[in-house]
Amino acid sequence: MIDDLRILIHQGRQYIGDITAVKLPESFRGRPVISQIPVNGPELVELCPTGAISNEPFTIDLGKCVFCGECAFARPDKIRFTQDYRMATNVRDGLLVKEGEDRPIQVNAAGIRKEITRFFRGSLKLRQVCAGGDNSCETELNACSNVNFDMGRFGIEFVASPRHADGIVITGPVSENMADPLQLTYDAIPDPKIIILAGSEAISGGIFAGSPALNRSFLDKYRIDLFVPGNPVHPLTFINGVLALIGKGK
Amino acid sequence: MGDIPELNYGDFLHLNTQLVLQQGNHCVNYYGFPAAGKIKLICCMADDSAHTLKISSALLAEVGPDRLSSFTARHLSFHAFERELHEVFAIEYADHPWLKPLRYAFNRKHQQNRIENYPFYRIDSEELHEVGVGPVHAGVIEPGHFRFICSGEQILHLETQLGYQHRGIEPLFLSKKNLLQQTILAESIAGDTVAGHTTAFVNIRESLSGDIPADEWSFARAIALEMERMANHTGGLSAICADIGYQLGAAVFGRLRSPLINFMQQWCGNRFSKGLIRAGKNNFPFTGELGAKLGSLLDAFEPDFTEMFQTMKSLPTVMARLEKTGVLTREQAESIGAVGMAARSSGINRDIRSSHPSGLYAQLNHQAVVKHHGDVYSRIRIRYDEIHQSMGYIRQWLREIPLRVTPDPIIQKPAPGLFSISLVEGWRGEICHCGITDKNGAWMHYKIKDPSMNNWLAMALAVRNNEISDFPLCNKSFDLSYCGHDL
Repeated sequence: MIDDLRILIHQGRQYIGDITAVKLPESFRGRPVISQIPVNGPELVELCPTGAISNEPFTIDLGKCVFCGECAFARPDKIRFTQDYRMATNVRDGLLVKEGEDRPIQVNAAGIRKEITRFFRGSLKLRQVCAGGDNSCETELNACSNVNFDMGRFGIEFVASPRHADGIVITGPVSENMADPLQLTYDAIPDPKIIILAGSEAISGGIFAGSPALNRSFLDKYRIDLFVPGNPVHPLTFINGVLALIGKGK
Repeated sequence: MGDIPELNYGDFLHLNTQLVLQQGNHCVNYYGFPAAGKIKLICCMADDSAHTLKISSALLAEVGPDRLSSFTARHLSFHAFERELHEVFAIEYADHPWLKPLRYAFNRKHQQNRIENYPFYRIDSEELHEVGVGPVHAGVIEPGHFRFICSGEQILHLETQLGYQHRGIEPLFLSKKNLLQQTILAESIAGDTVAGHTTAFVNIRESLSGDIPADEWSFARAIALEMERMANHTGGLSAICADIGYQLGAAVFGRLRSPLINFMQQWCGNRFSKGLIRAGKNNFPFTGELGAKLGSLLDAFEPDFTEMFQTMKSLPTVMARLEKTGVLTREQAESIGAVGMAARSSGINRDIRSSHPSGLYAQLNHQAVVKHHGDVYSRIRIRYDEIHQSMGYIRQWLREIPLRVTPDPIIQKPAPGLFSISLVEGWRGEICHCGITDKNGAWMHYKIKDPSMNNWLAMALAVRNNEISDFPLCNKSFDLSYCGHDL
């Protein structure tokens, strides 16, 4: 007992008090800002490994971006990744960052289904389904519940059974072999229920987009309630996004 | 490529199945690819004591009329490789004991075989029962199905059915034409082994174009590999504590992992090292300032980590769950060709860092940590010892941080008609990549082997005769990759 207490004291304070105001290191690649400096657009379009960059107007789609940062290394005067980790939104087009714009990516409150704030504001239980994810997003979703990020303090938890869940968090590009288990898990969740896509692979297929081993038809059938970009998603991106969705965000 | 001896199948089988029986030899990769209407088989055998590789090949007429003799009937360690050959090319074996689908790859020959109809091993008995778990598990982990045959609470047999994570990654190395895309693919083979798999990829890519990695790049890769080992081992200890309900250990090891991955975030902007390792360059110079930070991070980590481990070890209620649980004997580990920490926990001295070292490891004279009981506690203890060993290596390397190469040289085009193999000791174990270039220097074939390919059977054997309630614990003690296996 004394040993246990000593260990606890040695760890010091680990939890992050205000998850909306963490200063991440400068090398962290969060929401990019694109200047209006003219560049050879097609060259950067070609450089991007996942087709996230489009030209005229110059745009980066954070749903496709794998945050490798190579475009910013090539043209630091054009593209700069900021440390703004609050990148989740309920609008797919909200992930498009256009040149000359420097504004936060937000959840559009008017677009949130009424039942989400009504039922889930106080408590949200989520069932995670990894569908071809590479275990980095999954590990970060686990980290959301660790002593640092402590998502449980907001009443948000991952649960074992879909029967106990209010929604599903999908990671990975959705492999063909996971298409049925994903559908079965979703069907087992009682209504009303939400769908969250975590990571570039889930949102767009990421580097796997177009692979013949995928089957993304599930995603065409349902309305997606939250898109959380990242490769993998950062726990702070995920928690802030979910809080905004259930009406608890700052 | 032309230098690889091409044997007739009988000699090919004899050569490799004889080699594997010799002490210190094991198969690091065995695979096939289509070549002008035929199937080219390539087998790569490592000799751990002579530090060499023996590579041989055979050419099969596609879907030959005869059923072949299998390697597996002579040595079990080939079982998964031959199951893959059977699945993709419909090669039939006369004497393979377990010729079942491996991962239901999209390019499998028999498309009518579906993952939901896997032919499980069954026992007709009124006294035994079956338990099915997955593919979606209770925790936030990757999917896979486990089918147990139990007598009461006791597991008699476990069959692991994988393939749910199959993304068709190997052919994408050919269809994605540019180097950056291929590097991102390598980073996504297993997102918990980014340093391991990406290092294997860039080693191959640089060797094919004759680019010698600068000291600075080798340094960055070695630091990333050992940090990845420390972070995953620490996270593994946390998860094991959670599986036995030891909350203090789960919380403390969990929080101790955070500074390790946060250091990677500080260095390269990503907690999982994505973006860090690139062929022919380094985007994130390792500065003296970073070195000082890492040094003091380790100084703070070590006492807290050691204290937590020693306290855990002193608790009889914890040790009762760990000792003599999930035993993989040395004989079993040898017979199935186990690799990495699972093999070393069962008394096998098998570690690429000492047997086939490259980069900074070549100067290290690494002595692998080896444990002998093969139980869950051995696989815990090896994590503890390897973390201390990694800290020692990192501290040693930090004394001399190589100078930055500026500007980055431009990586050359890969030479045509070459075969290249890369071996890296990732945190789970041995990673093997093999790449072949065509006459234009583009990829003709790319093959990946994650250590999980060797070790899933080890887990299935280790849980036999254990209580089914100990399955999560046994599973986590091996900590295998689903996506690394399913590719």
